[in-house]
Amino acid sequence: MGLTRFSGQQVVAAIIFFLLLASPPFLSSFLLTLLTQALIYGILAMSLDIILGYTGLASLGHAAYFGIGAYSVGILATRYGAAFGITLPAGVLLAVLVAAIFGTVALRATGVYFLMITLALGMIVWGLAHRWVTMTQGDNGISAIPRPDLGLPWSLSLSIPFYYFALAGFLIAFWILRVIVRSPFGQTLVGIRESESRMRTLGYHVWLHKYIGFVIAGGFGGFAGVLWAYYNGFVSPVDLQLATSVEVLLMVALGGRGSLIGPALGAGIIVLLKNLVSVYTHRWLLILGAVYILTIVYAPEGILGAIKRRTKEVKPRAVGVHGLTEGEIEGG
Amino acid sequence: MEFWVTQAFNGISYGALLFLLAGGLSLIFGMMRIVNMTHGSYYLLGGYVGLTVIRQTGYFPLAILAGALAIAIIGVFEWNAFLKRLSGQELGQVLTTMGFALIFQDLALIIWGGDPYTIPAPAMLSGAHRIGDLYFPIYRIFIIVVAAVVALILWLVLEKTRVGAMMRATVDDPEMARGVGINVHLISMVVFALGAFLAAVAGVVAGGFVGVYPGADFEILPYAFVVVIVGGMGSLKGALIGSLMVGLLDNFGKALFPELSYFTLFAPMAAILAVRPTGLYGRA
Repeated sequence: MGLTRFSGQQVVAAIIFFLLLASPPFLSSFLLTLLTQALIYGILAMSLDIILGYTGLASLGHAAYFGIGAYSVGILATRYGAAFGITLPAGVLLAVLVAAIFGTVALRATGVYFLMITLALGMIVWGLAHRWVTMTQGDNGISAIPRPDLGLPWSLSLSIPFYYFALAGFLIAFWILRVIVRSPFGQTLVGIRESESRMRTLGYHVWLHKYIGFVIAGGFGGFAGVLWAYYNGFVSPVDLQLATSVEVLLMVALGGRGSLIGPALGAGIIVLLKNLVSVYTHRWLLILGAVYILTIVYAPEGILGAIKRRTKEVKPRAVGVHGLTEGEIEGG
Repeated sequence: MEFWVTQAFNGISYGALLFLLAGGLSLIFGMMRIVNMTHGSYYLLGGYVGLTVIRQTGYFPLAILAGALAIAIIGVFEWNAFLKRLSGQELGQVLTTMGFALIFQDLALIIWGGDPYTIPAPAMLSGAHRIGDLYFPIYRIFIIVVAAVVALILWLVLEKTRVGAMMRATVDDPEMARGVGINVHLISMVVFALGAFLAAVAGVVAGGFVGVYPGADFEILPYAFVVVIVGGMGSLKGALIGSLMVGLLDNFGKALFPELSYFTLFAPMAAILAVRPTGLYGRA
């Protein structure tokens, strides 16, 4: 029973991977750019999942790291003509550095206080993007960011090669994050989410684990921002405003917290919904607002959470038939 | 000297506006621990309702009252239908109230359009009061007076009345409050309505001063949150001091370091929270 479920997951993963790999030639260029956008937001949502889903800390300032990555590219590439080999490490390291500083402040709090402190910290970065005009060009944003030249035979200014570039970034991020959450470190984060006091009693350094998780999340947020700047060719304070931070929270919650795949799925749904709905109506904010509320009312654990619960509901019968215990099925 | 006095006055009057917005929010936070992203929408919608009322009647006090009551009703509906079930679920609260904020934003755009408006203030509130070479706009003095009166009333109610004692008890320990027979549910609803009411008052008052325009909701929301966390959730005194600090820092920051103005506001706030995570007058 456990074995079939496991390979079932593998089959689904393989099908998704194959579809992502093979679909570009069959998609319109509009859909392809949306899919590219979904992959990049997917990285951002997965990075937030490390602290929100695995550690249980809801941040209202995660767009800050996305913005730092994006602005690093914008400033370095347009002012100094910096290549991808410079902008990528610069954007990610700067995001890591800022997360390392912010983490020391934010992690003194939990719950509502953590939300509010991360909001204030996020506003610092937003304020700089908004007002530090000589560096960031303020509300006009930085435009005409050239696509990176990796010395490949395919130009990344075309949508299909750039899609594969973003897909590679997504898969690398997914793989690294998956290794992290499956490691003893990642399992400790889950333990902290479930019971901080118990983990502390067991001798784990709770603060340090949270802190490292926070910094990792910031770094991958920055990575997503780097790709975003190249994808969009434009960065502006909108990329790191409060509403963007909340939107990433929605992506994670909608897909299903603590699963990596769920947040990526949530990101895809929100990106597609926003763009497709706005083609047909100007009233997409009403629809997006309804999605926020309906998610919490009908799928508080997200789409993956709802699926998991349904499979669990079937389980008692399976236990009866095969005489397996809950633990054996879970361990699969 | 003139610069400092003028900027300090502007900062204090903006702080007074922030107190109207954040005083009720702080009580809501303290009592229910609800993160309400709709609070900025109450401010915006209050301003718009006030605008419509003043266009129909030309009567400013009625505009304030009508705007505040209408928004208090919306707030009570939102709390009763959705938020009270989400106690302890911060993520659920953030997302639900964000959904409402987006819906209200779009509805306001449908009803009132995208143009900025100013609410015409009555003649007695226009003009400026002159002391030496300095001019103090009467309208800004009016805002300071309104905030002071509201602060005084809130303080008297909280400290000197039976209802106030119930509210304080609920902030301190909701479970014990329920245990000694306080109707925590009713008290919470009243406080939520009060917060929405005051936010809308702030919105109408601000309409005669910074105007009513799309986007004002999300522009002011972070300020309200920062006032509440720096002052300490549930503390009226904290909200008052927090409002003045934010108002002054914001004004002097924008005047002295225009390029770093938000940094000079939010960075000191973060520094205070680094030292006192529960704010100046908050309890964990």
